[in-house]
Amino acid sequence: MKIHQFDTIILGAGGAGLMAALYASRSVKVAVISKLYPTRSHTGAALGGIGAALGNEEEDHWEWHAFDTVKGGDYLTDQDAAEILAREAIEAVIELEHMGLPFDRTKEGKISQRRFGGHTNNTTGKPVRRACHAADRTGHMILQTLYQQCIKNNVTFYDEYHVVDLIMNGDQPVGAVAVCLLDGSLHLFHAKAVVFATGGWGKCWEVTSNAHSMTGDGAAITFRNGIPLEDMEFFQFHPTGLYPTGFLITEGVRGEGGVLINGRGERFMEKYAPKVKDLASRDVISRAIAIELREGRGIKGKRYLHLDLTPDTVRRYKAEAGETADHYTAHYIESKLAETCDQGRTYAGVDPLTEPLPIQPTAHYAMGGIPTNVNAEVIANSESRVIPGLYAAGECACVSVHGANRLGTNSLVDLIVFGRRAGLRAAEYARGAAFIALPSDAGRKIESELNRIRTATGSTKPYLLRKKMQSTMQDLVGVFRNGKDMQQALETMRELRREFATNIGIDDRGSTFNTDVLETWELGCLLELAEVTAYAALNRTESRGGHAREDYEKRDDENWLKHTMVYREGDESLRVDYKPVTITQYQPKERVY
Amino acid sequence: MEATIRIRRFNPDKDKKPYWATYTLKDCEPTNRLLELLHRVKWEIDGTLTLRRSCAQGICGSDAMRINGRNRLACKVLLQEFGEKATIQVEPILGLPVVKDLVVDMEPFFAHYRAIMPYLVNETPPPIGEDGKPRERLQTIEARERFDDTTKCILCAACTTSCPSFWANGAYVGPAAIVQAHRFVFDDRDQHLQERLDVLADPDGVWRCRTIYNCTPACPRGIEVTRAIGEVKKAIQTGKRDY
Repeated sequence: MKIHQFDTIILGAGGAGLMAALYASRSVKVAVISKLYPTRSHTGAALGGIGAALGNEEEDHWEWHAFDTVKGGDYLTDQDAAEILAREAIEAVIELEHMGLPFDRTKEGKISQRRFGGHTNNTTGKPVRRACHAADRTGHMILQTLYQQCIKNNVTFYDEYHVVDLIMNGDQPVGAVAVCLLDGSLHLFHAKAVVFATGGWGKCWEVTSNAHSMTGDGAAITFRNGIPLEDMEFFQFHPTGLYPTGFLITEGVRGEGGVLINGRGERFMEKYAPKVKDLASRDVISRAIAIELREGRGIKGKRYLHLDLTPDTVRRYKAEAGETADHYTAHYIESKLAETCDQGRTYAGVDPLTEPLPIQPTAHYAMGGIPTNVNAEVIANSESRVIPGLYAAGECACVSVHGANRLGTNSLVDLIVFGRRAGLRAAEYARGAAFIALPSDAGRKIESELNRIRTATGSTKPYLLRKKMQSTMQDLVGVFRNGKDMQQALETMRELRREFATNIGIDDRGSTFNTDVLETWELGCLLELAEVTAYAALNRTESRGGHAREDYEKRDDENWLKHTMVYREGDESLRVDYKPVTITQYQPKERVY
Repeated sequence: MEATIRIRRFNPDKDKKPYWATYTLKDCEPTNRLLELLHRVKWEIDGTLTLRRSCAQGICGSDAMRINGRNRLACKVLLQEFGEKATIQVEPILGLPVVKDLVVDMEPFFAHYRAIMPYLVNETPPPIGEDGKPRERLQTIEARERFDDTTKCILCAACTTSCPSFWANGAYVGPAAIVQAHRFVFDDRDQHLQERLDVLADPDGVWRCRTIYNCTPACPRGIEVTRAIGEVKKAIQTGKRDY
């Protein structure tokens, strides 16, 4: 195994990883290790905007953004983290503009902002224009801009090196193991500080907006190395996935005035969220859609509803609300929602300028993940003991800034704000630390696991396990849940994991670009995380944010205003304990939109 | 419906030269993406089939391939366009060394990208707001619109590897790198216009473009690539972005 040495290594090259790399590389020797070319990362699929209370279009304050984030998170959000997110969002967006990000502009030449779900004027309760955007490809532009800056600053990249394990020396992280895709060789990256920025695991579900590469590698790796996972029961279903693929249709569509319509032609969100209607938080709207579908009000009796952004419809509803909508023309839609138009035409055969889009809820975003504090330092237990030299940021991390349900645009804010904090803190740590020796058996365990997969001749093809996992999670751990279903899901995941460990068979025994082995290894990560998700969801006997139980319909602050921490005990069993929620100025109250 | 896929295969671990292999898939839906069909081949029939893919929805740029002779993203091609009993021919994009099956070596492509200074340079201190903190640099809606088209590029290489000038001479930076350069040449916040134009005026820069026009229809993002290259040529000739 080839050994490389860097002060700080950053695993993953999406928004959080690249931001961490930019900041860490200013003072220490850094390498970014990514299974994809950086511009392929899933940050690029984020569409509608990045929230920051710039106040360019109307009155806004970061305190309002912080409150909206806490309320959106159904009060499970750690409020110190939400305050940091909202405050630093402003300088983060300005910094992105200085880096060259081509934001859309107002007439005055400032960064243009649009409405998004759950972002409100805290005085009136009405939606506020807070989402800074570059058409509806904001994530694409963030990813491109950060990668451009990394090139400008000569950051070292190991592209298409797939990280498969963390190296620990006792309790101390000392590096990571990666497979070079090109020739299959194993590499040990010896480091003082390790930053996980490896993204989410939407591929646990069948209908998802997530890329094939969103397999939760980092969260599974840290979990296997004795680090807990926090709040795994909270996984967001985005209300508007395209039907039938599940691809994301941005909330920006509704921010611009688009409306949800059921099979009877009703704008049904008026019923569920009278004040903000189609701009309620995502969990609220996904549940409303699930109810409409369950009660037979899908379009033509099918499993989808309509998202209507045609000029006639939008102008009609805007006029009803007393707003002018002269600007809302076909040309305007085509420029502000270009990706949406392309998606509709390519994948649904629908031109959104003249017809409504068919939509359904789609598995979208992990609120939970690797537990960290507000400095992106990974913590080892419910007492928040910091693991020196280990950091996590972005979707793989749980700060927890999103609580039980993330607001739209806050994922991009999270990447920039906490990616930067991770980079700064990791570099600071590396500057003051010495290299700790790699253990003599570094990389051996994962080498033998990869060899097991490469030579596996069992009777079950991995895709069958993946299909079973995805359909089970879809049916039993979805928008609505109950104890019986989740118990069954948990048992299924355990069976699938046993099958994975004992009876898989693959075809590719070679060394060059062996995606058969690595896809199978990724499946192992997904199975692990699906099991933890089902376990944590079954354990939480209340409904909160994205976790809606039919058998416990109410939020229960007395017993459940706390974070779940799940630990692996031995190979088979799981254990849970709890971490308190940090409350600063927003006392929990009932959540109404 | 049924689909037949003919794939150019090559595994350097065992094959002396590339060959064609044909796979037939039953129970396909007209709305299946070609990427889904390739996955079915890999997952159900032959796990050694190797390709790059990630988002599967046309935004990450991983799965550019030569599909019935045209460069496209496998995730943006639906089976229905080929009609009943379709045969679809799939091969790696041309002009870059084949690593395995549909995977090519992307390093030369990204080296060209890095060479054109793909980053904004502005050394003037940014404006300061009423609260004493930095604010955004102002840009008019029209100035932003000037380079909107080229900001859509996802670096999939479909344009560059459809270009006969690039096939003939791999030292040519290629359409994608020029598209990326265009995005900065025409951004009025940038202050390194002359340095950019000097790089692009190199013998292996824009003048290798013979306006063959293959690149524009190859772009899965609908970017008017040939037009962007023409505008960069004009900027070089005039030394200005507002020629």
